[in-house]
Amino acid sequence: MGDPINLISQWFTNLLLGWGLAENLVIVISLAIGAAIVATLGMITVIALIWVERKIAGRLQDRLGPNRAGPYGLLQPFADMIKIFTKEITTPDGADKVAFNIAPVLAMASVLLIWAVIPFAATVVGTNINVGVLYIVAVGSFGVIAVLMAGWSSNNKFALLGAFRAVAQMVSYEVPMVIALLVPVLLARSMGMNDIVAAQTPWFIILAPLAALIFLITSMAEVGRAPFDLIEAESEIVAGFHTEYSGMGFGMFYVSEFLHVWTIGALIATFFLGGWSGPGAENLPILGILYFYIKTFIGYFVITWIRLSLPRVRIDQLLAFNWKFLTPLALVVLIVTAIVDKSLEMVGVERWAYALIMLAANLLIGWATVLILKAIEPARARQRVEFEPRPVAVAPKPTDN
Amino acid sequence: MLDNWLYIGLFIIVALFIPAVAVFLPRLIAPRKPNAIKQETYECGIETVGDAWVQFKVQYYIFALVFLVFDIELVFLFPWAVAFDKLPLFAVMEGVLFITILLVGLLYVWRKGALEWA
Repeated sequence: MGDPINLISQWFTNLLLGWGLAENLVIVISLAIGAAIVATLGMITVIALIWVERKIAGRLQDRLGPNRAGPYGLLQPFADMIKIFTKEITTPDGADKVAFNIAPVLAMASVLLIWAVIPFAATVVGTNINVGVLYIVAVGSFGVIAVLMAGWSSNNKFALLGAFRAVAQMVSYEVPMVIALLVPVLLARSMGMNDIVAAQTPWFIILAPLAALIFLITSMAEVGRAPFDLIEAESEIVAGFHTEYSGMGFGMFYVSEFLHVWTIGALIATFFLGGWSGPGAENLPILGILYFYIKTFIGYFVITWIRLSLPRVRIDQLLAFNWKFLTPLALVVLIVTAIVDKSLEMVGVERWAYALIMLAANLLIGWATVLILKAIEPARARQRVEFEPRPVAVAPKPTDN
Repeated sequence: MLDNWLYIGLFIIVALFIPAVAVFLPRLIAPRKPNAIKQETYECGIETVGDAWVQFKVQYYIFALVFLVFDIELVFLFPWAVAFDKLPLFAVMEGVLFITILLVGLLYVWRKGALEWA
């Protein structure tokens, strides 16, 4: 009784078989329905996220957020949806019409496709392919193509600038992201998502905190949100790659960005926070889903928090940070993890000692990094700018008439 | 195993179908009144000068090239990480050497000045 979702799917399969359909057809139908359910779950999550994000943004900026439509503003996303569905979609003159209209669809699809392999609970997973991590990396790259298509086909200089920046940024940050993903793969000895979750005793955030940090930073750059929102920097290039989009065309980019942030949270939860695992989750998938959503929300909240706290970086800073700091650091983390793991395996230590040594190795790398950074750039003495105390209001000098 | 990939194939169809419907639906219910001013390229109200597809900074191209090298080499590391249990120390050291060569390559690119923006 602890597994209602698989129970329903089995009942459904048997029902179709009972109707006398061919077995292959039944498999295709039930898989298609499963895919539709997971994808719809993604879209529903976005509707909730738009409200959550605006509420968080409101609170962090010392205001209330949406509170007019419905109780606590809960109906706000539905009002937005109705509005955006009834907006005219314009296509600018001189645009490449095919690429221009396909780009928003592709942007959304690239994010939704990741959901195919995310394990929600022990038995509730779209599909547990044995190259899950590679699949995520491959599918995630579609987003870059969508942004490029949108920027190039718009026939707009600002959009094209945004697309150039997207290539430089999203493509560059993919390198340390893939290296950071190699660490959990190495620790779990598998690329299957469910295997990685099952291997997490203790959670990989303890075994590989640096890889988790690198993954968090790089995936934020992949999403293209502040402080990495150069591809749509509104104070520099209007709206970047989606300047020319209106109505639902823009809406799809917006929704895909929201869903991407949540998906990044889900990936962080899966790779580093133990996924669905928790007390009692093995037997009760519902509990696993609950744990998974809580952990995902933690990752999501951290990303939103950083987004609302930090200003935008410059493009030369952005690329230097990636190529001169994150990439070497990620490579060193990978080397150290491999060597420490193998030597501990050859010595043969207990699991808790293994975890402790891994954590110590990571802390050591972090400490060494800070030392090297300090050696390269000597700490600038904090400048104290002395200001002349200025009276707020100066009394007018008495004039003698 | 084949079922898994069938699911991925069906999921691709579904994932393309849902946003396609969302983009198509406004064509039925939203107004459609194009005019010359509305269709103009938006550049903050200033009249567009010249072609949009202009020359761009060569650095974008160089960064894309550097990425290509790294991404391809990283794909080779995935099988190495998956088979880590079965690898002897020699193979592990070979993998480490491979990553070190990557690091040296990064240093080379760095010294060449390909990572400088200005």
